[in-house]
Amino acid sequence: MTRQKRSHHKLKRAVAPYLYLSPSLIIIGLLMLLPMATVIAYSFQNSAVLRRDPSFAGLKHYQAIFADPVFWASLWHTLYFTCMSVVFHMTIGMVFALMLNSDRINPILRNVLRVLYILPWLFTAVIIAVIWRLLLEPNGVVNSILMQLGIIGSKVEWFSSPQTALHAVTFANIWAGYPLFMVSLLAGLQGIPKDFYEAADIDGAKAYQKLFFITIPQLMPIIISISLLDFIWTMQVFPLIWITTGGGPIYSTEVLSTYTYKLAFSSYNLSQASASAVVILLISLGLTLFYIRYQRAR
Amino acid sequence: MTRRNTGKDKLITVALHVALAAGLFFAAFPIYWMLSSSFKSNTEIFALPPTILPKAFTLEAYEAILGDPVKLRFFFNSYFVAGAVTVLTVLIALLAAYGFSRFNFRGKGSLNTLIISTQTIPPITLLIPFFGLVVSYGIFDTYVALILTYLVFTLPYAILLMTGYLNTLPRDLDEAVAVDGGTSWTALWRVIVPISLPGIVATSVYTFLLCWNEFLFALTLTKSTSMRTVPIGIQLLMGQHAFEWNQMMAMSVLGSLPLLVIYLVAQRFFLAGMTAGSVK
Repeated sequence: MTRQKRSHHKLKRAVAPYLYLSPSLIIIGLLMLLPMATVIAYSFQNSAVLRRDPSFAGLKHYQAIFADPVFWASLWHTLYFTCMSVVFHMTIGMVFALMLNSDRINPILRNVLRVLYILPWLFTAVIIAVIWRLLLEPNGVVNSILMQLGIIGSKVEWFSSPQTALHAVTFANIWAGYPLFMVSLLAGLQGIPKDFYEAADIDGAKAYQKLFFITIPQLMPIIISISLLDFIWTMQVFPLIWITTGGGPIYSTEVLSTYTYKLAFSSYNLSQASASAVVILLISLGLTLFYIRYQRAR
Repeated sequence: MTRRNTGKDKLITVALHVALAAGLFFAAFPIYWMLSSSFKSNTEIFALPPTILPKAFTLEAYEAILGDPVKLRFFFNSYFVAGAVTVLTVLIALLAAYGFSRFNFRGKGSLNTLIISTQTIPPITLLIPFFGLVVSYGIFDTYVALILTYLVFTLPYAILLMTGYLNTLPRDLDEAVAVDGGTSWTALWRVIVPISLPGIVATSVYTFLLCWNEFLFALTLTKSTSMRTVPIGIQLLMGQHAFEWNQMMAMSVLGSLPLLVIYLVAQRFFLAGMTAGSVK
């Protein structure tokens, strides 16, 4: 190779990665970063989207949101829904993973159950919502079973009574989401060196001691990173709540996403909706930073 | 491990199997109920006491769905949009992943962080500006609107998945091409793509699923019945025929088929995608 050719080759090597990345960066820039800037701009305008020359509104829309009791109720419901979901996803996922990992069960049964336990994960939020609406219908099978067992005395309107609606949607979401934990923890369990348990056996450790001093500490990195991701994603849930309760009855299941959606597309108050969307964005970004720092530290 | 064949030990094994059965009921009963209800008549769905197996097995719900061109159109739209987005995503992500995996360049770390963090952007935040943009460019209620907006959400995952896969392939292979005087572009298509098929399949599967499940954008950026996708179709069915539960369940079963088929046929690829975002 001549020197000229070699330097040409070097230049190509230096430019190439940017060329390979450019289609992705253009799409992410135009369809993600630009819209994010746009929504922030909208939140400071009067009649955003609806008018061609919107006037500057200052912090008016943020003040309106923070003065709205429905916003605070939505924030509280979102927190309840998300925390309960993450805690139960983790608990159920862990219990199922430990059970499937036990050497007391037949390997064929283990594989069959693993496939079946993952099932709830395969269904779209809309379908999960429809299934649970059918199950929890006042005349549906859940009420009928609970009444047979004598647990409830009369038919409960799970999704349409303000006392139970939030618990009912949370339950449906718990059912739908534990397999992510289960699958990840199962993979994690298989990665724990067998010697740890053998050494513990020699020392005469009990089963619960092995669980708390070997298994859980070894799984901690997975538990933390999945919990963070699950928290971020659960916080953004929209279709499940939209289809089961639509945020009602009387706002009892209103969460930040349904609150924002209604502001934008039912009351066409796109400026105020943008302010609310920016609040959700900031919460997500805060958690994301935390997640990235955690991943880096690992 | 030494197993003492004592009574206590047997009891633990029995208790474990009881717990496994309870777990199975929790996980699978709702799905079983959907499936069995789709083969029942509407009156039987609410029969007291509930019938576990359909007493009068009927395909009327499926006939009603598959015989209705409006509903078939929902399925066509879902397959078409998800298919188009998958092809575009995999191509674009493959290029980006190749850049990330095989080159060192300025800004690599920050770009990588940018892509990881875009995974967590709330869809509702982007929805309002997307709505404004889609309306002002005159693509409201079109496939283009859905395909473009879906790309934004599929791309970050696809890039991370593909980069992860390419990182597992030995570099000697493409360096051999460079020694022969070939460019990185030749190395990509001649060497990398043929051996990356498992990674490409996993990425495609996951992208397809993300699109198939999308609800919020399809709800807001389309309007006419002929542009709606399956999830919106199910919601519409619920609004129009609130009491046709057997049809809703049949449509849900049909709407879950692609996922179930992919899962059962290609479990490995499926799980690779589903856990991509979370396990590094």
